[in-house]
Amino acid sequence: MAIVVKRPKLRWWEQLYLPGIAKGLVVTGRHFINTLTGRKKVTMQYPEEKWDANLPEHYRGAPALVTDEQQRERCVACQLCEFICPPRAITIKPEEIPSDDKWAKVEKRPGSFDIDMIRCIYCGMCEEVCPEQAIFLRKDYAITGTSRDEMVHDKKKLYEIGGVREGLVNKWNDLK
Amino acid sequence: MAEQSDLIDVEIDGVWHSFPKGTRMIEACRQAGVEVPHYCYHPKLSSPGNCRMCLVQMGMPPRPRPGEDPPEPDEDGHVPISWMPRPVIACANTIAPNMGIRTTGELTETCREGVMELMLANHPLDCPICDQAGECSLQEFSVEHGKGESRFREQKVKKPKNVDVGPRIRLDDERCIMCSRCIRFMDEVADDPVLGFTDRGSHTTLAVYPGREMDSNYSLNTVDICPVGALTSNDFRFQMRVWFMKETQTIDTNCATGTNITVYSRQGQIYRITPRQNNEVNSDWMPDSHRLSFHWINDLESRLTDPLIKEDGKHKLADYSQAIAYASQRLQKYDAGEVAIVASARMTNEELYMVNKLKSQLDVRDIDVVARRGEADNYLISDDRNPNTAGVNTVLGVKDPGASLDLLKKDIASGKVKALLVLQEDLISDAGFTAEDLKQLDFLLTSYPTTNPTADAADVVLPGACWAEKSGTMINATGRLQRLNRAVDGPGQTLEPWEIIRDLIQELGGGNGIYSATDIFKQLAAEVSEFNGLTWGDIGDQGTQLIETGAELPPLLQRERARVASGEIIG
Amino acid sequence: MDWYFLTASTIKIIMFAFMMILPLVAMSVWAERRVSAAIQDRVGPNRVGPFGLLQAVADGIKFLLKEDFTPNHVRKGYYWLAPALTMVPSLLTCAVIPFGSNVLGEKMVIADLDVGPLFIFAIASLTVYGIVLAGWASNSKYPFLGGVRSTSQMISYEICLGLSIVPLIMIFGELNLGRIVQYQAENGWAILPLWGEGLTLKGLLLAIPVFISFIIFTTSMFAETNRLPFDLPECETELVAGYHTEYSSMKFALFFLGEYAAMIIGSGLAVTLFLGGWSLPFGWLTPEEGEKVGIFTGLIHIGVFFAKVIGFILFFIWIRWSLPRFRYDQLMRLGWVFFFEIALANVILTALILWLVK
Repeated sequence: MAIVVKRPKLRWWEQLYLPGIAKGLVVTGRHFINTLTGRKKVTMQYPEEKWDANLPEHYRGAPALVTDEQQRERCVACQLCEFICPPRAITIKPEEIPSDDKWAKVEKRPGSFDIDMIRCIYCGMCEEVCPEQAIFLRKDYAITGTSRDEMVHDKKKLYEIGGVREGLVNKWNDLK
Repeated sequence: MAEQSDLIDVEIDGVWHSFPKGTRMIEACRQAGVEVPHYCYHPKLSSPGNCRMCLVQMGMPPRPRPGEDPPEPDEDGHVPISWMPRPVIACANTIAPNMGIRTTGELTETCREGVMELMLANHPLDCPICDQAGECSLQEFSVEHGKGESRFREQKVKKPKNVDVGPRIRLDDERCIMCSRCIRFMDEVADDPVLGFTDRGSHTTLAVYPGREMDSNYSLNTVDICPVGALTSNDFRFQMRVWFMKETQTIDTNCATGTNITVYSRQGQIYRITPRQNNEVNSDWMPDSHRLSFHWINDLESRLTDPLIKEDGKHKLADYSQAIAYASQRLQKYDAGEVAIVASARMTNEELYMVNKLKSQLDVRDIDVVARRGEADNYLISDDRNPNTAGVNTVLGVKDPGASLDLLKKDIASGKVKALLVLQEDLISDAGFTAEDLKQLDFLLTSYPTTNPTADAADVVLPGACWAEKSGTMINATGRLQRLNRAVDGPGQTLEPWEIIRDLIQELGGGNGIYSATDIFKQLAAEVSEFNGLTWGDIGDQGTQLIETGAELPPLLQRERARVASGEIIG
Repeated sequence: MDWYFLTASTIKIIMFAFMMILPLVAMSVWAERRVSAAIQDRVGPNRVGPFGLLQAVADGIKFLLKEDFTPNHVRKGYYWLAPALTMVPSLLTCAVIPFGSNVLGEKMVIADLDVGPLFIFAIASLTVYGIVLAGWASNSKYPFLGGVRSTSQMISYEICLGLSIVPLIMIFGELNLGRIVQYQAENGWAILPLWGEGLTLKGLLLAIPVFISFIIFTTSMFAETNRLPFDLPECETELVAGYHTEYSSMKFALFFLGEYAAMIIGSGLAVTLFLGGWSLPFGWLTPEEGEKVGIFTGLIHIGVFFAKVIGFILFFIWIRWSLPRFRYDQLMRLGWVFFFEIALANVILTALILWLVK
């Protein structure tokens, strides 16, 4: 069944269209004036202006490694993040902690820990899977580089971004 | 149904099955398709029954009171079962007629939960650093049968960690669940009883006898049978998580025993090798010396990656097709008898078959392989350190390997042999040749996985794949035909030796329609009488008995069979 | 030939066509983007130079550096001719538009023709060849459809355009654009007859047909320059990019600039005919016919003319970002059924007023 669309009956001045056009011009004109005088501001001028202060707590930026309050690297190289990582951005080479190290009882640590930021999709699976709470997604989002090598974050860079996280799991602390 | 023979009827989880007399309850359940969780039980070791994980509910025919009639059997001859109120261990008890076993139900499940909880009470939660994670029975069974949470609020018992118990093994006593498999293995199989429990009680500790260490050549088998991460291999420790690795079922090529193994690799790197059960060849075990002899495969520094052609005394990099074309152009100039071949008893039957083809193509008279002899160790290692000597006898037709090498040396010196093809061998290191001997040759071609002195002297060097990089079949000392499977790719332009020989034959003018090792096996099965009727699939993962060599089984296997016969172990 | 005439003309051509119109084209592209952005609550190009004013330069460099790709299937001669044919007529028409009174006694018009509007219409109708050739030579269906649309649209609206200025010419009794402006300066602008003779009953009555003419003229001008709401020849939703689908690099830029040049010339003509050209309202600073004015006054007149033109361009842009595109049948209906008749009636109305009201 066809639907009959009711068309409104136009008065003669409405049929001239000129009042309609004028009305439209007033609407666009008002927007023009408002934007021009700065009364209405929608666009943020990145990178001069940034929204960093307003990023939510759960924002998912670059993944990074953290140390605990005693400067121990939390990561024990269990490679679960490497396993879970959907784009396979993470490469870990585990190594044994030498027996003269302060934390020798932890036995294992990452010898190298590389995250290929060209591959990373910021999904946060690594953070979710980590049993040692050693990897976190920070708020850094502007990851740039001029070569592929530069886009691979190595262990040093990851700890640089990550910094220290206090509290959380403490299964390796002095008491235990 | 069960009257006529030694078969006994047993009801497992409500279904009646028949098993031979003397079968352990746990084996009966396994054959019925029910896995009973266990830690201490191992079919190749005695059963102490100390882990209590395999507790099941058992029932027997009701015993009539005095004066009462026994219950009437039903049409199958079974009587109703009266269930016992307490569980029994399934690993050390044998089945009895009309027995009932319940592997599920409240009693069994509560028992398992309780046993799991007690085992986990003192077990450290260090799965993230534990090498066993991913293949740990404790992890698996706590998921399947555990409570999910611990009620243990006290301090866990402290025990020695990271203990050096032997040159190849590290022990973490906190992880140990006292199943005693390792103790029994060292005692019963390796005949080197150095392990034992001390401080019995809540501080039970696995320890090595004072002043001794666990240095048996079979010690690494304890790492395989350890259900948790208490014993770890120094070699594999922290190298790779087990879930990343690809498992390839193949055979060991370090001696003529042909031990069945699994190669664990990831991204073209071999990380570890473990024995694979084959009761006709190696039972569940393998020697440490063979297990750890794979590292050179990963070492790209020492590997040949590209063909080399010698020009003006210097090796130049070349393409495979270039190298083959050059070799064939040189070889065509010689008369019959001027070319000799030294093949290898490390080659597969398929490769040896292709060598035969090459031999007739070039009209070669002198052909031999390099023999490798060693000491047999009274366990698994054979005195013949070549994996395929039987194949050389059968396929290549060389009955006395290594016998004519001295004659070959003389023929080279006298100029009778002008060209030599050395396939997958290193004459200077392994066969007593010197560089001076080889200098007399007009043309020398070698194929080998690594750089070696013979290759230095060769006019054409071809990188040929090693055992982990090729597929094929081999015949072990007892005449068993077994498959070798490709686990990793060879580096650079490495080709499997049969490909090299095929290309050479083709370049010399002999056409063939061979594209894979199985193609060759088809021809082999058609032309060599011993192989008649066999197909690649017939061989299977466990191999098949092909010929009678007259050789005895390895001593370890003979002893194991005696223990099975005496009922000491299941086998 | 008169050396003085040649030199003066050359200077005027350079000053007007190249120093004023072409930069104005570039600036109106920038204005289009900034104004449209403001209307849509955006920012627009603001990175190149202050307020993004040098965006036009960046665009120009981009156009020059892009690959000048000629597809294999086109008719090359016509394909290359078409962009030039679009740009050139637009610039030619500016010859007769007076952009000021006089400076040092020299009239501020490149060619002081006595048939100004006719010249403009004659040349402007050549623009259609550029578009038709582009559509035809591209040898591809969308450009072809665009070209066909453009032809019929331009022919239709040229009639209205011509008829709409007949009343004005009847009122002014004049075809020389310079003298038309002079008349308006003295007697009130055509649509604002608020001083001089315009402030009589007759003058006020005549403002009615002039206003109708103004609406028809302006609307037709939109159609002639292919601007929204009448940009059916390059209607993106239906024809990809219309007649210039197959063009790239500087050839595309010529189409693009030709459109803006046509818009500027159209604005100039509308300003000259209806809004008193270079004159200030209420006869301020108005010279006598043929009177020399001071350099300063002359420059003010030029400034006034361009101020009016820029205002008109802004109006063009404002319309573009306010109104939706017409359907093709609506466009043709508007042209042939309404504007044509209204323009004819308007001529008669003007004649009646001129005849009856003394």
